Amino acid sequence: MLQMPRRSDTSAQNSSVGGAAVSIRALSKRYNGLDAVVPTSVEIESGDFFAIIGPSGSGKSTLLGMIAGYIDPTAGQIVIDGRDVVPEPIYRRNIGMVFQNYALFPHLTVAQNVAYPLKIRGVPKDEIARRVAESLGMVRLEAFAARLPSELSGGQQQRVALARASIYKPSILLMDEPLGALDKNLRDEMQEEIKRFQQEMGVTVIYVTHDQQEAAFLADRIAIMRDGAMTQIGSPRALYEHPNSRFVAEFLGEASIFPLKSVSAGRAGEARQAVLEGGTPIRIRTDAEAGPGSFACIRPERVTVGPKAKALDNAFAGTVRESLYTPGSIRYRVELDGTGLSLKIRVLPQADMEFYEAGSTVDIGWSADDMSLLKE
Amino acid sequence: MLVEGNGILSMKLRKFLLFAPTALLLTPFFLAPLFVIGAESFSGKQGAFGEYVKVVTDPGIRTVLYNTFYVALMVTFFSLLIGYPIAYVLARLKGRWATIGIFLIFLPFWASTVIRSFAWMILLGRNGPVNSAMVGSGLIDEPIRFIDNGVGLMIAMTYIMVPFMVVPILNGLRAIDVNLPRAAAVLGANPWRQFLAVTLPLSMPSIAVGATIVFVTSLGFFVTPSLLGGNRTVVSILISEQANRLLNWPLASALAIVVLLLTIVVFALLRLSQVMSRRRGSARAGALA
Repeated sequence: MLQMPRRSDTSAQNSSVGGAAVSIRALSKRYNGLDAVVPTSVEIESGDFFAIIGPSGSGKSTLLGMIAGYIDPTAGQIVIDGRDVVPEPIYRRNIGMVFQNYALFPHLTVAQNVAYPLKIRGVPKDEIARRVAESLGMVRLEAFAARLPSELSGGQQQRVALARASIYKPSILLMDEPLGALDKNLRDEMQEEIKRFQQEMGVTVIYVTHDQQEAAFLADRIAIMRDGAMTQIGSPRALYEHPNSRFVAEFLGEASIFPLKSVSAGRAGEARQAVLEGGTPIRIRTDAEAGPGSFACIRPERVTVGPKAKALDNAFAGTVRESLYTPGSIRYRVELDGTGLSLKIRVLPQADMEFYEAGSTVDIGWSADDMSLLKE
Repeated sequence: MLVEGNGILSMKLRKFLLFAPTALLLTPFFLAPLFVIGAESFSGKQGAFGEYVKVVTDPGIRTVLYNTFYVALMVTFFSLLIGYPIAYVLARLKGRWATIGIFLIFLPFWASTVIRSFAWMILLGRNGPVNSAMVGSGLIDEPIRFIDNGVGLMIAMTYIMVPFMVVPILNGLRAIDVNLPRAAAVLGANPWRQFLAVTLPLSMPSIAVGATIVFVTSLGFFVTPSLLGGNRTVVSILISEQANRLLNWPLASALAIVVLLLTIVVFALLRLSQVMSRRRGSARAGALA
């Protein structure tokens, strides 16, 4: 009991510098001889919004569980603010967490839920009352203090969970698919709320989701997990524009991806000649070594449609196979004549722009700079 | 109009139909006999309420009633004390072990209550294995009396009733979202505080169910008190004696009705305390906010 007030003191110091830095070192988890998480290392800076995305079973929830403390790592360290927390039990880690189903205590009111972590830390009653009111104010739920969680909507429950997870100024805030249970519109709204909340609190957030758009909207940096490993870590822009693998390119956004047969040697920084499987020649700018087993990737919005395309590094004639007008964008699937290759294209609709119906022939093209080279 | 009226009628009809099987079962097998017993209880020689006056004033009968409720209450208490930890452990077992655990809980049911009560009579007797072992090991000098003073009765009844406490609590514990104690832990609660804050309050309804089953069943125990109760009679034996041996049906009926009323009162009080505590809970929350 005596440690409690002391701990909240240290955490108050943390919050003044804007959240703790997290250093994950060779952290791994094996279940029955299978790697759920292979030895993984990553540095997360103080105040960072760090998202972990990946398909289900990729190990992202296991990783989060190890940081929170309810899954024991097989090996490795989790250093928060210079202190390895792996040997510490879950209840001493002073971490905040928002669960997928919120995990609000159903028998306690909103105010009691939010007050609970302070009560445990032995905070005086009048201070609890003050801080609970303040915290509920931050998530705009003052009027709901006396309600039970079951009397709130999904979005409101989500905000209570956020208030409860942050009221004790935890060193870091973990979120496990916090918006998974909400419908689309509410999800968009809550994304903005979470972003604003994180910026106001200055807290370090580790956020797990399978929704790439959500991650791209919220995060400063994203780690993409696959088969228990972080296959690539970077800003949303870096990941989207320079994916290092076919997996990342397909997971984050849309892409047309073609297997490569060969890439000619060339000087650094210059566009090189390459040949796709099937014999189609293309031009690509890359310094990487590549050959069979590599892929060339082009994002749908980087493809130009219409007469201007003829002047580009890669210029083809094609036939529109599918065309779709959606609010904000026009989508085509175009088959390149004589190659059997099919390309996804997205165009921003503009005034007096030509709309190509399925069956029409078009010129398409793209720059060598917009193509990236991928491993499997 | 016709369609609307029809709709309402069909709603009522549907509700009635849902209730019908229960009503069909309870009317001939519970309500009708209860009515007969009620009528019988007012048909004594000392006027309509004569038997009731006797039940309330006769010191012997009052002792028996007190004894019955006391035993039932203690059995409920000890069943909870033993049953809750068992249910808690069972709830954490997974797969095959959970099945084996539940099988073991129900294993005693393979023998009848008569046989099990008789076994306890032998086990707890003056020269039974329990006393022999304790005297033999020098733990005690004189054999302990279990049979006449109600201690043996409570031991045997608790043993019989524990599974009825375990099963509802086990179901209650299993229904608790694993993320709730986990959330409490992340928020700073050590295992004991996690239990107090989350597991215990959320298993309260199942405790109430288990306690109700055990308490009501204990009030009606007949065989076990006959074998282990000694001269400390319970009301079921008294009723049987009055009805079968002395043919005093009005008194037997009045006793039955009094037990029923007392049981209702106990549960009304229990329910009231639940409502009160919930109200206190929200009042506290209001003050906090």
